[in-house]
Amino acid sequence: MQTPSKISAQGVNVHYGTTQALQDVSVEIAPATVTAFIGPSGCGKSTFLRCLNRMNDTIVGCRVEGRITLDGQDIYAPSVDPVQLRAQVGMVFQKPNPFPKSIYENVAYGPRIHGLARGRADLDEIVEKSLRRAALWGEVKDRLDAPGTGLSGGQQQRLCIARAIATAPEVLLMDEPCSALDPIATAQVEELIDELRATFAVVIVTHSMQQAARVSQKTAFFHLGSLVEFGETGQIFTTPRDPRTESYITGRIG
Amino acid sequence: MAHFNPGLLRRRKRNEVVLRGLGFSALALAALMLALLVGSLVSTGWQAFTQTHIRIEFPVSAERVKPDDIAKGNFRAAVQDAMQAALPGLPAPEARKLSAMLSNGAQFRLRDVVLADPALIGGSVALTVPVSDPYDQLNKGLIDRATPEANRRLKDAEIAAFDTLAAEGRVSRPLNWALLTNADSRFPELAGLRGALVGSFYALATCFLLAFPLGIGAAVYLEEFAPKNRLSDIIEININNLAAVPSVVFGLLALAVFLGWFGMPRSSPFVGGLTLALMTLPTIIIATRAALKAVPPSIREAALGIGASRQQVVFHHVLPLAMPGIMTGTIIGLAQALGETAPLLLIGMNAFLTASPATPFDASTALPTQIFLWADSPERGFASRTSAAILVLLTFLAAMNALAIFLRARFERKW
Amino acid sequence: MTLAAFLLLFLASLAGWVWNRRAAAALWRGGARLHSLPSYHGGTAALAVAVPGLALIFIWLSLQGAAIDWLVLASLPDAAMAGQDPGARALLQSEIASLARGQVFGTPEPWKLEAAARLTLLGQTSRALLLGAVALISVAAIFLARRRVAAAFRARQNVEHILLGLMIGCALVAIFTTIGIVASLAVESARFFSMVPMREFLFGTAWEPQIPIRADQVAGVGAFGWLPVILGTIVITVIAVGFAVPVGLFSAVYLNEFASPRLRAVAKPLLEMLAGIPTVVYGFFAVLTVAPALRSFAAGWGIDVAPNTALVAGGVMGIMLIPFIASFADDALSAVPRALRDGSLALGATRAETVTKVLIPAAIPGIAGGVLLAVSRAVGETMIVVMAAGLIARMTINPLDSVTTVTVQIVTLLIGDTSFDNPKTLAAFALGMMLFLVTLGINVLALRLVRKYREIYD
Repeated sequence: MQTPSKISAQGVNVHYGTTQALQDVSVEIAPATVTAFIGPSGCGKSTFLRCLNRMNDTIVGCRVEGRITLDGQDIYAPSVDPVQLRAQVGMVFQKPNPFPKSIYENVAYGPRIHGLARGRADLDEIVEKSLRRAALWGEVKDRLDAPGTGLSGGQQQRLCIARAIATAPEVLLMDEPCSALDPIATAQVEELIDELRATFAVVIVTHSMQQAARVSQKTAFFHLGSLVEFGETGQIFTTPRDPRTESYITGRIG
Repeated sequence: MAHFNPGLLRRRKRNEVVLRGLGFSALALAALMLALLVGSLVSTGWQAFTQTHIRIEFPVSAERVKPDDIAKGNFRAAVQDAMQAALPGLPAPEARKLSAMLSNGAQFRLRDVVLADPALIGGSVALTVPVSDPYDQLNKGLIDRATPEANRRLKDAEIAAFDTLAAEGRVSRPLNWALLTNADSRFPELAGLRGALVGSFYALATCFLLAFPLGIGAAVYLEEFAPKNRLSDIIEININNLAAVPSVVFGLLALAVFLGWFGMPRSSPFVGGLTLALMTLPTIIIATRAALKAVPPSIREAALGIGASRQQVVFHHVLPLAMPGIMTGTIIGLAQALGETAPLLLIGMNAFLTASPATPFDASTALPTQIFLWADSPERGFASRTSAAILVLLTFLAAMNALAIFLRARFERKW
Repeated sequence: MTLAAFLLLFLASLAGWVWNRRAAAALWRGGARLHSLPSYHGGTAALAVAVPGLALIFIWLSLQGAAIDWLVLASLPDAAMAGQDPGARALLQSEIASLARGQVFGTPEPWKLEAAARLTLLGQTSRALLLGAVALISVAAIFLARRRVAAAFRARQNVEHILLGLMIGCALVAIFTTIGIVASLAVESARFFSMVPMREFLFGTAWEPQIPIRADQVAGVGAFGWLPVILGTIVITVIAVGFAVPVGLFSAVYLNEFASPRLRAVAKPLLEMLAGIPTVVYGFFAVLTVAPALRSFAAGWGIDVAPNTALVAGGVMGIMLIPFIASFADDALSAVPRALRDGSLALGATRAETVTKVLIPAAIPGIAGGVLLAVSRAVGETMIVVMAAGLIARMTINPLDSVTTVTVQIVTLLIGDTSFDNPKTLAAFALGMMLFLVTLGINVLALRLVRKYREIYD
């Protein structure tokens, strides 16, 4: 391995009550790379994604086993505060979910609770920078006080991305970020993901193999709760090693 | 069409009409009852919103009222002097007896006026004072002059004297502000709701200050933080059952625990509010939990995803969004508390008091207990005052409910 | 003075908040990486002051009255206390209290004046001590909290732990209320049953709680058999529920199945208005309008009825219950799945047949739960019966007779002066215990029925 992994997961098992959702998953997430998780619905890819910032903690009866480290530090260690972990590992959800507050307040909320801004001017700068990086600044700079819920679907999702990167995370998790968007908005978000790669390790869960092929450098294929194959995106899509991957890519399963 | 049976079909159609008819009459009966209730209250109560007054010249002689000790003056005799002067056509003893026409409060009113301006002694002063209850009834047409004198509350001579004064243009019937500004009194024409209004206000304020934070705290814990275990289940079942415990039992609790064991002051709006708070708590908890549940999980996820702690999620995002629903439920709970009577009776808030309470710890009545007190009073004038007091109470309830409906329509968010 | 204690506490927690916040902010400006925002450091101090301070004030206030009374009583000359029963002692206490307020009637004995002066002094001392204790706690808490300000201090977790504890406390208030109800009823009932045998209470057929004032008075013994009281309660409940169930049920059926949206928009708020009217108003309505109407109606047939018949009290209570039953029946009927209704209509059933043969049978558990809750309400309803039913307990089921109920007896036994040492007062608590147990049983059953019903179609 040339570069050290940003996130390293080894032997992860997840149970919801008595049913097992994930079985022995091991993945290395590299820095400055887009990693795509693909697979049929219910294969556990979103569950795994939510293990990476401990969002599964909020689900009653969910149990995570195995070892997941961020920069070598076990994120499930008792000393780790999930709250601070989530500032380092940001998340964008399937459906845009802006707070019913102004655009400015949406982006400023994270820096505020984490105490990242020293004064109002500082906060203004963070908001502007985040909105610029989310490619939304030009569209909203004149109406920062307008409610975030009044934006179009694609704008809302870019606002959620701006909100996530405002806390200066190191990893950005995206759970099917384009599934609720039209093709034009999808193209804008995909372009954005490519730019974000320069600073963050991006992990994206997607339904669409074309999207995975377009935006990612690494791809992991999940099936029935286990990781089937993980490797360079080009290799997975052209010369898959596992027959299940091949059948999924060629449309025979899923 | 082989099985078509016109007789059967007709019978089936008739059954349909019968059921419709029954349903409609049931609804109509409920409406009729509401109309009867409100109608009977308004028809007896509206009279109490006016009060007959008489304008009379009061001579204040130095013989009755000593200038060096005005407060101890014989104002009772002064009032009798005034009647004697106003009815010159009658023999003096009879005219003096007719001072019963004036409210008992007239002499105190006169005393206050003279105290404020001692220069009046030796002269006279014209005052407009309320008449006593039977004459008020007479003036409002509630005493039938045709009934035989023996069965009438006022004798012929008394009616004649009143008519004489009325013919001189001394009688008026202005709006009865005293109903709201006076405290309770043994005399209907002087009795007012001030003590009850202040008492109810203190009790409701206490109830709100306790039940609102406690209710929100309990609901937020149960809805957002409580682990699924036996204790949470017990609390949950307990709250549902508490909501259905008869109100008189809360009165027994307050009597035994607050008054008996803790020695808190009897008849005080503070203890009343404390009791009402315990009764309102389940309502507020249930409404708050419903409002919290209505906030979609995506908001919680969004905040969690940025690294907000669970309490930050709740206090920064979920609770503010649920606030309109919580306020609506709270106002409805307070409206119920405002009309609650039985527990207040048991802690002695039915005391007869002629002053309004200065603090929440003084003895006081509340609106519903005042209604109960007046409803029990034998004087005729109190019957219409009871109805009037009920109309005042219903006005407050209607206003609170209207506010709740307005809040719901204006601020509640549909997701 | 008490207000001053609250004010002092408020100012102290404000001061603690500002001081800690500033200290944390200074660390932050100095370049330290703080675990928690400065406002959480402030919150730590504010809570450290407010929580123990408020607890102290409430405990102090709830105990000071009893403690002062005890001190004053203990200091009275033995001669004045010798052979005094508790009632006389209470009278003496209130006399001293009114002397202390400056209401002097006649010429009281010097030792009473002395006791009144001591009462005033003790009251002032207690309030001054409270203020001092609050000040002491505040200062100590502020300094302790200030010492904890450090970059690594997990102030947010600390504040959140305390807040969570406070919220759990709020939730426990509901439990304590129930415990308070059960404890107060049980303690006072136990004292009642030590004076009156439980057998007599449960199976006696005479209820005459008048206690003789003199020992040699005629009809000197009170009788405490609750059967006529519970019988009266049952009579009135049956009348009320018997009136409310058909009217409420048919109203719900009509609203649910036949009414136009326009009529529904008018009728629903109308029923809600009926539900929102306080029961004291219903009671006055019964006395003012319904009872005289029934009397003059009966007089037209040559029957003389009492002014406070079970029929009037029950009937008016029935009006109060109409919206209650209607709303439960409405919920139960609307919860029946559309598919059932459509299935019946598709077979060619009329609407009436669908209602009576499909919807109502399917909704029976929900409706029955509502009816049971209405029964429990009728049993526990107080003001209507206090104003419109009678006071004398009779073994009768004639609705035109005057009967009394459990709640009427509770209120009449406790209105006026209450001392906790004669069976007349304590009997009210025994009745309250029975009332609580009966309504609790019905409620548990009803809530279970309603919950089961919801589960079927959810």
